Amino acid sequence: MKIGFYPGCSLTGSSREYNESLLAVAKVAGIELCEISDWNCCGSTAAHNLNRELSVSLPARNLALAELEEMDELVVPCAACYNRLVMTQHELAEKPEIKALIEGKLKMTLRNDIRILNVLQFLEKHIVPRLDELVKSPLTYDVACYYGCLLVRPNQVMKDERFEDPMTMDLIMQKLGANAIDWPFKTECCGAGFSVSKTEIVGELSGKIVRSAVDRGAKAIVVACPMCHFNLDMRRPVIESYLQRKIDIPVIYITQAIALAMGLSAQQAGTQRHFVPVNLTVNR
Amino acid sequence: MNKEDLSFKVRQSTEINVNECYQCGKCTAGCPVAEHMDLRPSIIMRMLQSGDAVAEEEILRSLSIWLCVTCETCYSRCPMELDIPKIMDYLRVRSYNEGKVHRDARDIVTFHKSFLNTVESNGRLHEMGLILDYKMHSGNLFQDVMLAPEMFSKGKLSVFPERIKDLKGLSRLFKGQTKNNKS
Repeated sequence: MKIGFYPGCSLTGSSREYNESLLAVAKVAGIELCEISDWNCCGSTAAHNLNRELSVSLPARNLALAELEEMDELVVPCAACYNRLVMTQHELAEKPEIKALIEGKLKMTLRNDIRILNVLQFLEKHIVPRLDELVKSPLTYDVACYYGCLLVRPNQVMKDERFEDPMTMDLIMQKLGANAIDWPFKTECCGAGFSVSKTEIVGELSGKIVRSAVDRGAKAIVVACPMCHFNLDMRRPVIESYLQRKIDIPVIYITQAIALAMGLSAQQAGTQRHFVPVNLTVNR
Repeated sequence: MNKEDLSFKVRQSTEINVNECYQCGKCTAGCPVAEHMDLRPSIIMRMLQSGDAVAEEEILRSLSIWLCVTCETCYSRCPMELDIPKIMDYLRVRSYNEGKVHRDARDIVTFHKSFLNTVESNGRLHEMGLILDYKMHSGNLFQDVMLAPEMFSKGKLSVFPERIKDLKGLSRLFKGQTKNNKS
């Protein structure tokens, strides 16, 4: 089986460490992820807010390329890209006239049957069954697993996930040795794409999330979305000014947590790239 | 529902019948940005049901449609499973194409436009290019001046864009698509 890989733009820039840690984990597990050659941006929020056709045609080009390269599955680590690709697949299946229009523009045809996996689905299927043998240095601290929006919603699309109280990431963290705390902000929105254009809203929404995690004793927040990481980590000064207090809880990607538990170095997991320093030590 | 009504056009485009909303208010209760909105989601649904032309104009000129972050909480919790974010997308495109964007939402729209500009030129988002284009068009020149150098030093910001090979094929997707509105 050929497993395709769509990194998305963030993973080549501001969330480079998400890419590095995911590839490092896959390598240790002996799984080859084949990057779609010449992939393009999914259009993100900008396209679906301003232009409906682009919001479908941009992701569709990537699905068509993945089919050309005969990929059976497509791993999409960015939660926002994942949402756009899945929504596009849905739209193409429901609307033959839109599919025909876009195939014409792409000059490619689409079977539209590739299995798209977000990072949690990928980990559950390909990594979790082997964690017992792969974990070399178990984690020993309390973590708050933060899912945000697009890994769990809309639940009409994300049918397998418990959308008000998801547990996939919590169970993975427990398998790594960490204690996943119970907390109420797992699926609240961080402010997402307003990071630059409405920064004060991000300070407020992300501030409430970070405060809840800290007040319940978490030593790290675990995420699986570049946007969530950007807001909780790089926007920490805005968060601190909203909360009127200093908060030094680090934010790590689930793939970094797995890499560290597999015994890879901090450098290999890419934690040195964070704005909030990652110094995780035993807390129990 | 009259053919001239905004709700009729919403239904044509999205296949969502706003009359199915029975005003339970769960969308507004769960909306993370409701307190910043001029018209809250359940109110927008009620206004659409009314078919009142003045109310419809007010919706297209509202800040709310741009403050919606598409977190999908309303859709997931709606007892009628009405896809409100999809309605918001339709309303935003209309508002944008008709030059009715609320003044406090202009930075948001400028950001989206800058985003699509860099995607059109490179095929992929170039974060540095996005920030420069946004600063130029929004006039917020000094915003985040401290962020870029730190991102750069941590290897999170590339000076040069990554370009795809088939830019010609990509340009077919952008051809004839409105990126620039009336305003």
